[in-house]
This record gives sequence, C-alpha cells and structure tokens, in this order.
Amino acid sequence: MEERFHTEGYLDMELLRFTTAGSVDDGKSTLIGRLLYDSKSIFEDQLEAVKSSSEKKGLVHIDLSLLTDGLKDEREQGITIDVAYRYFATPKRKFIIADTPGHIQYTRNMITGASTANLALILVDARKGVMEQTYRHSFIASLLQIPHIIVCVNKMDLVDYDQKVFNDIVSQYEDFAAKMDVKDIRFIPISALKGDNVVNRSENMDWYDGSTLLYTLENIHIGSDQNHLDARFPVQTVIRPHSDQYHDFRGYAGRVAGGVFRKGDEVVVLPSGFRSKIKSLFVGDSEKEEVFPPMSVTMTLEDDIDISRGDMLAKVNNQPDLNQDVEAMICWLNNRPLNPSAKYVLRHTTNEMRAMVKEIVYKLDISTLNRVQGDTTIQINDIFRARIRTTKPVLMDSYRTNRNTGSIILVDESSNETVAAGMII
Amino acid sequence: MKRYHLNRLEELEAESIYVIREVFSQFENPAILFSGGKDSIVLTHLAKKAFWPAKITFPLVHIDTGHNFPETIAFRDALVEKLGVRLIVGSVQESINQGRVQEEQGLNASRNALQTTTLLDTIERHKFDAAMGGARRDEEKSRAKERFFSHRDDFGQWDPKNQRPELWNLFNGKKRMGEHFRVFPISNWTEMDVWQYILAENIELPSLYFAHERELIERNGTLLAVSEYLNMRGDEVKFTKTVRYRTCGDMPITGAIESTASTLEDIIQEIAATRLTERGSRADDKRSETAMEDRKKQGYF
Repeated sequence: MEERFHTEGYLDMELLRFTTAGSVDDGKSTLIGRLLYDSKSIFEDQLEAVKSSSEKKGLVHIDLSLLTDGLKDEREQGITIDVAYRYFATPKRKFIIADTPGHIQYTRNMITGASTANLALILVDARKGVMEQTYRHSFIASLLQIPHIIVCVNKMDLVDYDQKVFNDIVSQYEDFAAKMDVKDIRFIPISALKGDNVVNRSENMDWYDGSTLLYTLENIHIGSDQNHLDARFPVQTVIRPHSDQYHDFRGYAGRVAGGVFRKGDEVVVLPSGFRSKIKSLFVGDSEKEEVFPPMSVTMTLEDDIDISRGDMLAKVNNQPDLNQDVEAMICWLNNRPLNPSAKYVLRHTTNEMRAMVKEIVYKLDISTLNRVQGDTTIQINDIFRARIRTTKPVLMDSYRTNRNTGSIILVDESSNETVAAGMII
Repeated sequence: MKRYHLNRLEELEAESIYVIREVFSQFENPAILFSGGKDSIVLTHLAKKAFWPAKITFPLVHIDTGHNFPETIAFRDALVEKLGVRLIVGSVQESINQGRVQEEQGLNASRNALQTTTLLDTIERHKFDAAMGGARRDEEKSRAKERFFSHRDDFGQWDPKNQRPELWNLFNGKKRMGEHFRVFPISNWTEMDVWQYILAENIELPSLYFAHERELIERNGTLLAVSEYLNMRGDEVKFTKTVRYRTCGDMPITGAIESTASTLEDIIQEIAATRLTERGSRADDKRSETAMEDRKKQGYF
C-alpha cells in the first residue's frame, strides 16, 4: 500500500449502521464476507484462519461465511445464533453491520439488530424467489422504521444471470411492499459467491444499469434520518461537582433525543412544567452554542429547579404527550408467554415505571400482514398491538416521529429479562 | 444538510458517554477495568468527559498479573494521580500465594488465564455490580457477539447463547443479588477509530506504543521482550531491534512489531497499511480457535 492515508477525510467520515437479514442458506454470511474481503477489510491472519478452517472442512473454495460465524456452535453447525456486529470502512464511510440470523426462532435478534439501523439489507435467493421469511424480515424493517431497504437478489450465477428471474422477484416484492411503510426500496442483482455487483460491477449482467451494493451503501443519503424538529432532552443524571471551582455547578447530563437546543432557549421541564432558559451547553469541557441528536451533552439552566433522572426538557410550544395509557406495536421476545395479569417494568428514554398490558387490540400475521382479532395468547416472536397502562405518565412521541422518544422495552420483574420491544403509535 | 451532522468519531464518542452515564445511573457500585492499554485509557478519558466538571466517581480496577511492562505500571500510577481517582489492584501473585490458582509451567507459561480468578475475586470482594471494560467488538470473533450491557451470573460466567436482547438505547441493567454486569462502552469502535480519537483528543499513552529499542527473542514468528518473566530455551538468541507494541498485554505473551513509528500520525499511517489484526500478536488467542470464547464464558475480560 503505497498511497498515503488521508487523515483529514477519514475524520469527517459518516457512520452508516445497517442490518442484514436473510433466510437459512441464502448466502448472507458469504455476502458479508465478500464485502469485507473485496473492500480489503480482512486481515491476513483472519484470512489464514478461515483458509485453514475451510480446508479442515474439506472445501475447495475459501468459505467466506466462516469470517462471520463467531461462536463454537455456530461454526460447528454452520448457522448464526446471535446478532454479530461487523465493522468495515471505505474512504467514504464507516459501516457497522448488525448481522442477524434468519431462523424464525431468532426473530428477536433481527428486531434487536434493526432497532439501531439506518438501512436494512434483505437477501433473496434468486432460485427460490420471495419467501415467507423475506416478508417477515421486510415487515420488521418497516415496523422498526428503518428508512432504507436494499433487496439483494443473490445467487444470480445459479440462474444464468437471467434478467427475467430478477424482474419477477422485483415485481413480486413490490406487490408486498405496497402494504408496508418504507420510503426507499432498491433492488440489486448480485452473486455474493462470485462477487457480481457487490463491490465490483458484474460483467455477466449488462442489462442491469444500477449501482453496485457497496456504491449504494457509500452514497445513500442518511443525513435526514434523525429528528431535528422536536426538541427533546431526557435527563440521564445530574452532575454536581461540589468542588471549590465549580461550587454552584448543576449540570443536566443526557443525550439529545430530538430537535436542536441553543444557548438562551426557553425550555420546559417535564413533568413538573417549570420553565427556565438554557445557560450553557457542554460536550466534555468544551462549550457549544447548539446541540442536536445524537450528541451527549451537559446542560445548565438559569434557574435552580429540581430536576432528576427521567425528567425531560422540551420547548414550551412543542411538548411530548404525557399519558399513562400507551398504545404500541409490540414484539414479544421471550420464551415465557405474556402474562396478562403480571406487572412489567417499562423502560422509556431514561425513565422507568411499572406497567400492565391491559388489552391486546390485535395480533399480526406477519406473512399476510392480516390482523388477527380475539387471539390473546402472546408467545415469543409474536407481534401485536396493545394498550398498556403505566403507574406514572410517560413523556412520549410516536415512534414514527421519533425513534428515541417513541420506543419502549418491557422487563420481567421475576427474571429481569427484556421480554418485549414496543413502538408507540 | 451538513449543519446538524456528527462525524463518526463524534457519534461514537456520544454513544460511549451515554453508555457510561447509564452505568453510573443504573448501578450502585460500578468500576472501570483498567489494563493500562490504549482502549482502557480511551475509556477512562470518555468517563472524564462524561462527568466533567465533576471527577470520575468510579475506581479504576487493575488486575496486575505481576508480568506487566514496567512502563504500564508507571503510566497507570501517574494517571490515577492526575485524575484523582481511586485505584484498586487485584494481584494475580496474591491469588497464587493463596492457592486460588496454580502457576502454569513450561516454556510458554503465562498468567493470562489466571487473571480470571483474580478478576472475579476482586469484583466479589469490592461488591462491584458493573465492571466497564475497553473491549471492542472488532477485536475478536466471540467479542463480535457482546452486548453493551453484558449479564454475568453469580459465578461471573457469560452465556453467549442466552443474552438479553438490546434494543435502541434502552439498556437493561437489572439483576439478582450476586450477579454483575460487564459493560463495554466502546463496543462499536475499531482499532482505527481508537487511534484517530487519541490523535484528535491528544490523549497521553504509555511509551510502549511508540518506537523504541528493545532486547527481544523470536518465537513462533512473534517478537517477545526479554524479561525476568520470560522462560527461554537454550537455543533462543537475543537481539536488539526498534519496535513498538500494538497492544499492552503481559510481557511474556505480547508480541512487538518492528516499527519506526514515533508519533501518533506515524502509527495511524502504519495501521492503515497493516495487514494483520492487532490481536494477531497475542499468543493467548492462538492457543485454539475458540480460546477467547472459552475464556470469556468463564468470566475473562
């Protein structure tokens, strides 16, 4: 590598988080391996380890999927059990991949991976076409409001790079996608195994004039994925140094969850309703004029008000809803079914309270997107709409307008496990 | 559009500070696991930023194998002094003296695996309910599956197949008595991110990371520093070279790399061109394909 590495450009790189999903054997691990390999993100010792494992398994080619299977059981069984995070960078962007398994029983992992993603990569096997799992994954991506979806029609080499096969899958998928809520869907015909249209343009598919996968990942616009309109600041903790130099310093620490806060802005503290003005804004010890998501900041106010963890700062003329009744789409993530008479701990921003699921409005059949009424048994991987009653008011927005202030989790008080993820309607 | 935009280092920093503040808020007695390596130095720097102008309230916990580079220990003591934080040292030598663990014998003997017992004993003795570490997911394949908040049972063990789902920024630190959490605020950073951040923030590092002359031997392709802790074969030849370290492990198991990089800029250039992973120079990971996973399940860092 002769060329000099450009520190400047690298510092300014954006971060793109994406999740990958696919059915068993549709080549997801191979695709990720290919992205890492062709973008030169794999080190020699990693490649050596994979080569020797491939040889041990009696394979002729290097099995790139071995790069991503981390746990012992995964490599032995050739499956992915848990969400694995991968990292690679090109001169344009740094990428974080949440690589999630495709089996039905691991839907909860897919939801986990999708919750922080800007983009979902969905794989379809060209020989098999759109399958039930494709629907399931796509629906979860839309439910979690991932702004961009890329559908990769993989294994094009096994259908002779036939344009008709690709077009049929696109139209089949579009029929289904019409029922979903996704702003941006793109389709790319690829072969992860042979490398067509992943990093390098395919020489076998002249009929495709779109971009390669990597080019799309590098250039897709993600600047407007955050909410910059509705100012929300959930307080994480209060910083009081008690030192001589900062005797009266009282800073509210937290991560901006929406909108923009500027020095001098009038703010309202919720739920108390007290008002004050922003005196100063800090990131570490450096003072800022304005702060916005997803910055972690410390804020001081002109007045001494009683504020603690779980409170939220907003603008006077733009406040979140304050309600003890929460209606949400919920994914059940635990082996123990929902107990309708149990109290759960509900976590929302930096707040926590007890809650009960009062009513199941409907369950959703993910493969048809039909609503199923009257069925109130909720088991792992079920998705349903519910009314929840909390012991104190929740300062919430709809998930659609703000992922940070519109998301909740439920925790089982007896096992301490996270049993459900919810998106406020 | 560019106005409300964070570059990736600012975004990673914001995420890590958020996680550190969650630890402070959700746990009663958290600590930072401080190895003296660059990742735990960055973690400590982030904790400082998270609570400024207050001091870091967590103690730094160092598991001292007794085989550390002297440069690491000197750096640790100076940093503790500067930050005004409490230092707690868990000593592997003490665990050996107490008969809690047995010293490995032979040429490649290392105290690496023994640390787990000392670490768990230290966590128990001081009743830490959250131990933050500087581990990154890009380091090693089993680490790629770690959560930010990683639950440990009352034996300190990790069950990778039964991890809690971790959604959005909603971290669940609930646990029973006797259980604890390992928390990894810089999970999403890569080696390059760490170096770029050290440069951008002008963070001080132990001198080991920069090129210096050292007496070495070569074993299985790894350059090992000659020290009282290294068992040598009769036919092994000592020589002197200009080297530096990419990680700061124990002296007998951490390989040096030949390098003349004497500034952070030089190091970044070198890493950009390098074709080996940083843990590739760690003999402890080479013992078997699942060496790290096996150690992690038992409660290793």
